[in-house]
Amino acid sequence: MSLRVLAAMSGGVDSAVAAARAVDAGYDVTGVHLALSSNPKTFRSGARGCCTLEDSRDARRAADVIGIPFYIWDMAERFREDVVDDFVAEYAAGRTPNPCLRCNEKIKFAAVLDRAVALGFDAVVTGHHARLTDGMLRRSVDQGKDQSYVLAVLTSEQLSRAVFPLGDSTKEEVRAEAAQRDLAVADKPDSHDICFIADGDTRGFLNRELGTKTGDIVDGTTGEVVGSHEGAHQYTIGQRHGLGLTRPAADGKPRYVLSITPVDNTVTVGPRQALDVDVVHGDKPVWTQGRTIEGPFECEVQLRAHGECYPATVTVDGDTLTARLHGVASGVAAGQAMVVYRPDEEGDTVLASATISRTESLATSSA
Amino acid sequence: MTYLDHAATTPMITQARDAYLAAATTTGNASSLHSGGRAARRIVEESRETVADRLKATPGEVIFTSGATESNNLAVKGLYWSRRNADPRRRRILVSPTEHHAVLDVVEWLVEHEQAVVDMLPVDADGRIAPDDVAEAVDKAADEAALLTTMWANNEVGTINPIPSIASVAAERGLPFHTDAVQAVGQITMGFDIDGVTALSMTGHKLGGPTGVGALLLRTDAQVVPLAHGGGQERDVRSGTLDVAGIAALAAAVTAAVDGREAEAKRLTTLRNRLIDGVRRVVPDAVLNGPIDQRLPGNVHFSFPGCEGDALLMLLDAAGVECATGSACSAGVAQPSHVLSAMGASAAHARSSLRFSLGHTSCEADVDVVLAALPTVVERARAAGLS
Repeated sequence: MSLRVLAAMSGGVDSAVAAARAVDAGYDVTGVHLALSSNPKTFRSGARGCCTLEDSRDARRAADVIGIPFYIWDMAERFREDVVDDFVAEYAAGRTPNPCLRCNEKIKFAAVLDRAVALGFDAVVTGHHARLTDGMLRRSVDQGKDQSYVLAVLTSEQLSRAVFPLGDSTKEEVRAEAAQRDLAVADKPDSHDICFIADGDTRGFLNRELGTKTGDIVDGTTGEVVGSHEGAHQYTIGQRHGLGLTRPAADGKPRYVLSITPVDNTVTVGPRQALDVDVVHGDKPVWTQGRTIEGPFECEVQLRAHGECYPATVTVDGDTLTARLHGVASGVAAGQAMVVYRPDEEGDTVLASATISRTESLATSSA
Repeated sequence: MTYLDHAATTPMITQARDAYLAAATTTGNASSLHSGGRAARRIVEESRETVADRLKATPGEVIFTSGATESNNLAVKGLYWSRRNADPRRRRILVSPTEHHAVLDVVEWLVEHEQAVVDMLPVDADGRIAPDDVAEAVDKAADEAALLTTMWANNEVGTINPIPSIASVAAERGLPFHTDAVQAVGQITMGFDIDGVTALSMTGHKLGGPTGVGALLLRTDAQVVPLAHGGGQERDVRSGTLDVAGIAALAAAVTAAVDGREAEAKRLTTLRNRLIDGVRRVVPDAVLNGPIDQRLPGNVHFSFPGCEGDALLMLLDAAGVECATGSACSAGVAQPSHVLSAMGASAAHARSSLRFSLGHTSCEADVDVVLAALPTVVERARAAGLS
């Protein structure tokens, strides 16, 4: 009997082609659209989310064309608790979360996968741009679209029940194939924004969730109050624009957000160089290949989605993973994932990920 | 496939298909004065007489519509507007909480946009309305009562309401009474000859006719403000070029359903009881929703504790059985049934429910297929749990 797989179909081009390829590969495929909002908007407005009725219709039409059964699963409550509430709580705590990563960890490859397995499916298929070879998660051949970063939070058990049919293709190839398969979503625009913030206004969303509260913007070097803000949650480490500083810096150079302290609602700013760090600590490491690698070992670390990769030496101490960068990284935000890659000409493989807890700059004092 | 979703829609019967095709190949607008127009009009009027005869109405009381949603909208909004226009105090709509959305949402719209006030009638654990409760509610609303609307039989759990008794409550108090009889026509003994029923909604596709055609039976002295304005067809209450072929097919389907009702109801009741007994045997903790007596002949509705209705449906679909969960919202996301909630069921109980509705194509083999598939399906759905 062929493997029974559940294809998560967002209504976008990637998941549609992934589902079609799973059929071609001989799997018994069932398409499922995850309803992530209990009150979906009928049509797209402004930036594209993935929870509109139009998206669910696009997913349904793709399933029709591919010729697979299609259902909608209501995951709104779980999504609200595990992704949206977590997102808000992380900002409230002064960190910068990645909700896509959280969704993969808690929804697609947890709640959905568990339900699928219980219902008799063997695996979940998604349209992520990443490769999975012999249980090893690798970057997509399309470096620009690679999503291994947001999948690096998956355990080896989760990965053993995941199928990523798109990793060997570029986005361009996927679109061409969609057109050739007569999938209407072939030229549907990519989604870039956070799906549950349809208008793209993250600051406005956080203000509605957390309320506004006036606080000080402090110069980290002088301790001077250089401006005020309406809520520390509105800022991200490394942010330069929209600070609304009332006093120029003594050196006349731009100021950047260095740290956010929710306890006293303070945002600390400073010069560009003060953002440089060379040691990054991460909590709760996940070893995607199932075994802990005792450090120290040489690797590369990526510190934000689509961010730069830094050569580093990684050591493991209990529940903490520490990367000593061979150079410096700038604007590293707590709450983001540190993903550890082993460079490979055939495509870098993911070894581990951890949630960034704090950073240090050994050259100067800690930041 | 084993099709057990006849309450959603039932396959078109041969007589209806034949009538549709015969009428669809003729030329002529039923409002045109030439011979082609007269021929088309003749089909419409003969169909009107047939529908009236079978539903115990007069031809003048039959208004053809696009189906039950339109009929319900026309009756509820139309009666509300005309009653309120005659006396601005009349803003209260007495409605049962187990109505189809095609009634509930109409009422809700009137509340939001037309200053209506809702008086929700109580229902018992089987979803049935008691005439005494209706009397009490009507008396309480007094001069503010605009209309009363309660369904004849429930689409989800199959409960049959005591419409004749409810109608006499309305008649005694002179209150307009609309009943959504979509599930009742061709299933149970019923008709528009009951004193006190002002308007009755029905549709074609639940009894072997096509979708897109239905009727509102409306007393000739009832005042209804139309929803759409135009050519003045159908007593000026429902403008729009008449759907001759659809109307001919509707009449053919109503004829077959009503004439064959007694024998078919008996056959379906036997089949239904066989399915109910079988489900209880193979899934001992399954709970039947709705009554044993005064239940639609083809309705089987169970809750399977610990299972998600959606999961059951998907697994049964894969096993070749087509059935339904509660009513679906526009996104296709199942909401806990408002009918079961009104009957006092918990959200978990409501979400674990499944409806099998039998109809003219159903046979013993269908029941056997369900009973063979059910144990594994329930076991798997239970493992997946309530998400």
